[in-house]
Amino acid sequence: MAYSDKVLDHYENPRNVGSLDKADTHVGTGMVGAPACGDVMKLQIRVNDDGVIEDAKFKTYGCGSAIASSSLVTEWLKGKSLDQAMTIKNSDIAEELALPPVKIHCSVLAEDAIKAAIADLKQKQAA
Amino acid sequence: MAAYFDHNATTPLDPRVLQAMLPYMQQATNASSRHSFGRHARQAVESAREQVALAVGAHPTQVLFTSGGTEADNLAIQGLAAALKPSPALNQIVVSAVEHPAVMKTAQMLRRQGWQLRVAAVDANGLLDMDDFRIALQTPTALISVMLANNETGVIQDVATLAGLAKSQKIPFHTDAVQCLGKMALDFASLNAGGVQAMSLSAHKIGGPQGMGALVFDKRLDIRPLQYGGGQEKGLRGGSENVAAIVGFGAACELLGLDKQGSANTGSDSAENINELRVTLEAGIHALGGVIFGEHGPRLNNTSFFAFPEVDGETLVMALDRANFAVASGSACSSDSTDPSPVLLAMGVDAKLAQGAVRVSLGKGNSMQEVLEFLQVLQGQLVRMKQFMAMAA
Amino acid sequence: MTVKTPIYLDYSATTPVDKRVAEVMIPYLTEMYGNPASRSHSFGWEADDAVENAREQVAALVNCDPKEIVWTSGATESDNLAIKGAANFYSGKGKHIITVQTEHKAVMDPFRELERQGFEATYLEPETNGLVTLEKFKAAIRPDTILASVMLVNNEIGVIQDISGIGAICREHGIIFHVDAAQATGKVEIDLEKLPVDLMSFSAHKTYGPKGIGALYVRRKPRVRLEAQMHGGGHERGMRSGTLATHQIVGMGEAFRIAKEEMELENARIRRLRDRLLAGLKDIEEVYVNGDLKQRVPHNLNISFNYVEGESLIMAVKDIAVSSGSACTSASLEPSYVLRALGRSDELAHSSIRFSIGRYTTEEEIDYTIALMKSKITKLRELSPLWEMYKEGIDISKVEWAAH
Ligand SMILES: Cc1ncc(COP(=O)(O)O)c(C=O)c1O
Ligand SMILES: Cc1ncc(COP(=O)(O)O)c(C=O)c1O
Repeated sequence: MAYSDKVLDHYENPRNVGSLDKADTHVGTGMVGAPACGDVMKLQIRVNDDGVIEDAKFKTYGCGSAIASSSLVTEWLKGKSLDQAMTIKNSDIAEELALPPVKIHCSVLAEDAIKAAIADLKQKQAA
Repeated sequence: MAAYFDHNATTPLDPRVLQAMLPYMQQATNASSRHSFGRHARQAVESAREQVALAVGAHPTQVLFTSGGTEADNLAIQGLAAALKPSPALNQIVVSAVEHPAVMKTAQMLRRQGWQLRVAAVDANGLLDMDDFRIALQTPTALISVMLANNETGVIQDVATLAGLAKSQKIPFHTDAVQCLGKMALDFASLNAGGVQAMSLSAHKIGGPQGMGALVFDKRLDIRPLQYGGGQEKGLRGGSENVAAIVGFGAACELLGLDKQGSANTGSDSAENINELRVTLEAGIHALGGVIFGEHGPRLNNTSFFAFPEVDGETLVMALDRANFAVASGSACSSDSTDPSPVLLAMGVDAKLAQGAVRVSLGKGNSMQEVLEFLQVLQGQLVRMKQFMAMAA
Repeated sequence: MTVKTPIYLDYSATTPVDKRVAEVMIPYLTEMYGNPASRSHSFGWEADDAVENAREQVAALVNCDPKEIVWTSGATESDNLAIKGAANFYSGKGKHIITVQTEHKAVMDPFRELERQGFEATYLEPETNGLVTLEKFKAAIRPDTILASVMLVNNEIGVIQDISGIGAICREHGIIFHVDAAQATGKVEIDLEKLPVDLMSFSAHKTYGPKGIGALYVRRKPRVRLEAQMHGGGHERGMRSGTLATHQIVGMGEAFRIAKEEMELENARIRRLRDRLLAGLKDIEEVYVNGDLKQRVPHNLNISFNYVEGESLIMAVKDIAVSSGSACTSASLEPSYVLRALGRSDELAHSSIRFSIGRYTTEEEIDYTIALMKSKITKLRELSPLWEMYKEGIDISKVEWAAH
């Protein structure tokens, strides 16, 4: 399988690897995928009081494209409002990374992870 | 120095083909592996596929690599039959009476599975009898296989017309083009437009390696695999790809084009050369009282199949071998047996004359001098053999 | 330490052609190019002599009569010919056939095709070590069983089945026994005079010979019959038509000759390398060796690295050429069905690597591989949410994952 240079770059030098405090009410955690399917993505965002994403971290169990997709979205998320974050589409990710058709599901997973993290944050903040 | 006059049996490997193959002969290159070694092999396979496609006017996706012409024929015929299953309403398969055993034996085997085999007759020139073919098609037919050029006589069938008839009835049409590649223009796209849906090729008849061939086919055909396991060739032919041989086949195909261009530039068309050699050869054979089979049909210009009345072919071939001329008695594949050639019998040739048949098939590297020497030796042998026979009588 | 990368550790997918093999092949491409079926001139005869000489060399490695060797285009064709050919020939006696869930696709797929044709197949589940017990095999036999196929050495995990035991049971019940030995030649002793085996498949390119050539052993006493799969000129006594590729056959003969001669020394050397590799990797946390370690060829080490994903692992170790799962199924992202048959979870199956060691592997390459694996596994685990959960003491198997 030939990977694009961008995938390789994110894979070799993943950005924002790590974890944020799950319990923090300013932190939203999205965990999507399943080990049996070969991909699990954990995406975390921390928002400030203005609702702007200050930090994003990820850990991914998955192929190079899955790692690159999640690494890329952590870069994109920083500085965005939650509404802006919600507009990130899997097709944007796939295009940026030039994912081949068989790897499109990685970008779908990354989009799902963003949504899941935001949902988690909203749920926490509503409580 | 021996003269090799048996190019329809197999051809010497072109040294340039060997050069192309060598790097792949020693490397560990499983084209299905995902690491760099494997990817490198995959690329080589795919560019060879393009070279083959280009040589025969096909699209690369239409080219499926096999272990040779025999497998390509079997895959086409068994694979099409398996997709159809015989039914009382549709159970006829039509082949010509002069097919290579790879087609004929396969079709005969299908009879055991409930298919009716209709063998279409040929005339004295080895050409399909159009009337008989039309009559055959009055019975609903599942599949037709008629070779493009015959390996023994070199006779070229009017496949375009035959396929046209098949097309009007939507009958899948396969042609064995093993002997045509490199010897005549071959364009699958136009054949396909005219109703030919599958075509067999073999590498070792064009200066490529033995054990490599291809089935070129219309992707709309429903063909079932012959060999399962591993999913290679889009699931139609399991088994690790024979990378070196595939590369060799590709290179040999590319050389066909290059050599043609080269000779056009220098004004010495190699095909014309071979033509001249055969004209001289056949004039000599006539002068010696020989009969040339299929002489009046359109023929490949490298092939001459002949006999001398009252002269035993086996003995003559042996004598020629001792004089260092490699020729064939009948087709290489069946030369284990001493039965007269079924191709000649189908053409109505007398069994006794057919028994004496000798095939000369010319190719790259043969010279006028070799042909002239051959005629001399032939004459000497004929005289000797006739003397022996006179003594015995 | 100077090693040239990528390091080839995928000898079970295919081997490079031994230089000595290539050398004997080339004259048959350049000078002795005759068609071995040509009976009318010396070009044909010398090719035919070479083919028969190679037949003897192949027969010598497995101790059988050269007349019992049929040339094919590879083990895939041999498996197809043996399985479909025998099942079709003996179908009058019964319609039940037996194999094992861990067989190569070249056996599995013909079995599936036979099922489509109306045969009934049993796919035996091996023990967790990859081996089939004689009891289980015996229990699967029915009065209408006509054919069984069990591989000698598994291509993914290298385990060696008890062919002699299974064969004896087949004899007792009058069942034709086929063995895929593509991964066994030059690695384990094969003595067909003693082994109760009726049909055995071989491939040249797993034993330092060329690709695109293989053979099928067909027993003559008692005689085993087959329905040919490829029809034509009647080559190979009618069992397999098609022009013989002389240079390939000569290459296979030479490769098997070398295997016979050098097997003992080579296997001892390879065992030392494999043990060194295992010693170097087994201290990494959460690694699992797949398949029995004793009843196994020394050339193979198949290990699962828990909590890292297989494809990213392959990407991480691109300096070494290895397989995750079998080379033949690498195009799809399915976890290895062989490891699943052993009861391995999907995750462990996904994260497996097959290291296969061969004639040209060096100690330096093994050491480089160990160091590389250690550093890359650490890196990927730092990236892995599953590893984090494991370290937090969460039982991953109990987590409910959203389906997608
Ligand atoms: C017309 C024709 N078809 C098929 C074949 C078989 O091809 P191969 O030798 O590659 O199996 C041959 C050659 O023997 C042939 O002449
Ligand atoms: C056990 C086994 N059987 C059969 C095959 C197929 O062999 P070939 O590549 O010669 O068709 C292989 C290799 O891919 C194998 O490992």
